[in-house]
Amino acid sequence: MLKFTKDHEWVKIDGDTATVGITAHAAELLGDLVFVELPGVGKTLSKGDNAAVVESVKAASDVYAPLSGTVSEVNEAVVDDPSIVNSDAAGAGWFFKLELKDVAETDGLLDEAAYQQLIA
Amino acid sequence: MADVAGTGDLLRTPLYDFHVANGARMVAFASYEMPVQYPLGILKEHLHTRSSAGLFDISHMGQLSITAPGGHLDEAKRALEAVIPIDILGLPEGRQRYGFFTNDTGGILDDLMIANLGDRLVLIVNAARKSADEAHLRQHLPGGIGIERIDSALIALQGPKAAGALARLAPECESMRFMDVKTLKILGHDCLASRSGYTGEDGFEISVPEEAAEAIARTLLGLAEVEAIGLGARDSLRLEAGLCLHGSDIDETTTPVEARLTWAIPKVRRAGGARAAGFPGADIIMRQLHEGVSRLRVGLRPEGRAPVRGGVQVYAREAGGEVIGHATSGGFGPSVGSPVAMGYVETSLSEPGTRLFAELRGKRLALDVAQLPFVPSGYKR
Repeated sequence: MLKFTKDHEWVKIDGDTATVGITAHAAELLGDLVFVELPGVGKTLSKGDNAAVVESVKAASDVYAPLSGTVSEVNEAVVDDPSIVNSDAAGAGWFFKLELKDVAETDGLLDEAAYQQLIA
Repeated sequence: MADVAGTGDLLRTPLYDFHVANGARMVAFASYEMPVQYPLGILKEHLHTRSSAGLFDISHMGQLSITAPGGHLDEAKRALEAVIPIDILGLPEGRQRYGFFTNDTGGILDDLMIANLGDRLVLIVNAARKSADEAHLRQHLPGGIGIERIDSALIALQGPKAAGALARLAPECESMRFMDVKTLKILGHDCLASRSGYTGEDGFEISVPEEAAEAIARTLLGLAEVEAIGLGARDSLRLEAGLCLHGSDIDETTTPVEARLTWAIPKVRRAGGARAAGFPGADIIMRQLHEGVSRLRVGLRPEGRAPVRGGVQVYAREAGGEVIGHATSGGFGPSVGSPVAMGYVETSLSEPGTRLFAELRGKRLALDVAQLPFVPSGYKR
């Protein structure tokens, strides 16, 4: 199940695990990314917490936790080469995985049609 | 993801349509709607300028013509020396110099270029300061001195291949040296060109009639070696070149001595010189030249990958201790391949190689004082 936030993140939910990244639209707006900072594995995040930082040549932006949970895995590849986020935001450019605290929280996310409408 | 800004009710340069037609992303800058980047993106635009030639719209900058009654330009030169601490009387016809307006506390109201065209002087000032600069001149120059805005577009062509590209339209540009100014005939229009810029590369800044701007920009962009470059890359290029941005690295609270711009103040304007002092804040700047200052502008090179941007506080130690300075601008340097920044630190900690720490998101990250510029300049001297 693929969901989105109004803060331009995508969330792929698989059972009680969510994979989180930023949308291609967000990556395009940010421009060339040069720095990504990810949360530590094991970190507990509440929905809306600052989870990661992305910096383009021009500016820094926060990435928020779209749901509450514990960080179970992070994508070191985007730390080593932030340009992966620009080239494949929805795939190889994922940021981190969360073990969800409450799967029902996913009901508050946008579906793809709603997100497309948001950025139209 | 935090938000991305849009544009409001803003001025447009004569090249607005050109930018839109070339797919630029427009942003608000100094009351103008300006291209921050084109589809190529800031990184590639930056690298292209360093290796080939980049075309920039800098029409938002202010251009002022200064004249004297009866064409006695020395009167205008003397008048300007009363507000700018450089040698303008000795500026030959066909040459340009860098300078700054100072205030009574020795701070920098704006930095600018001053060109001598024989019958007039032309000043190029920063976009955000142009109205204030004009008011400052009207207040301080004697009544007979003419001050007129020049309503032309301003185009910069920068990079190692800029001269070769421009020479296909105006072959005489190739005989110009760094900081020469000359009227070039481009597509049949008289255009005032200087061999200068603000990227650290060889290149030209060209004042072109508004009605010819789009045709000239399109023709230049049509040359194989030229790409359109936005303000994003303009900023990373000037930062790597160690050049100051007014409002960030220099302002009314920083003196030319603290900013290490004293190379622009020649002997003739210093103590013992024939035209020593006689500009706002001279007492303070003279004293600082003699006694030194407590802080200096330096290059800062973060050890890790995290960009250190303007406003970030700098410490001498990894934990505890007082703030000893701050970054005034910074980001990723595409040609350096790592983050670069500049800022002010205590003079005792300003030697290149000094290990300092920037506080970023609650963590102290190592950075070293570095020589400026971060990349060697390519000026054609």
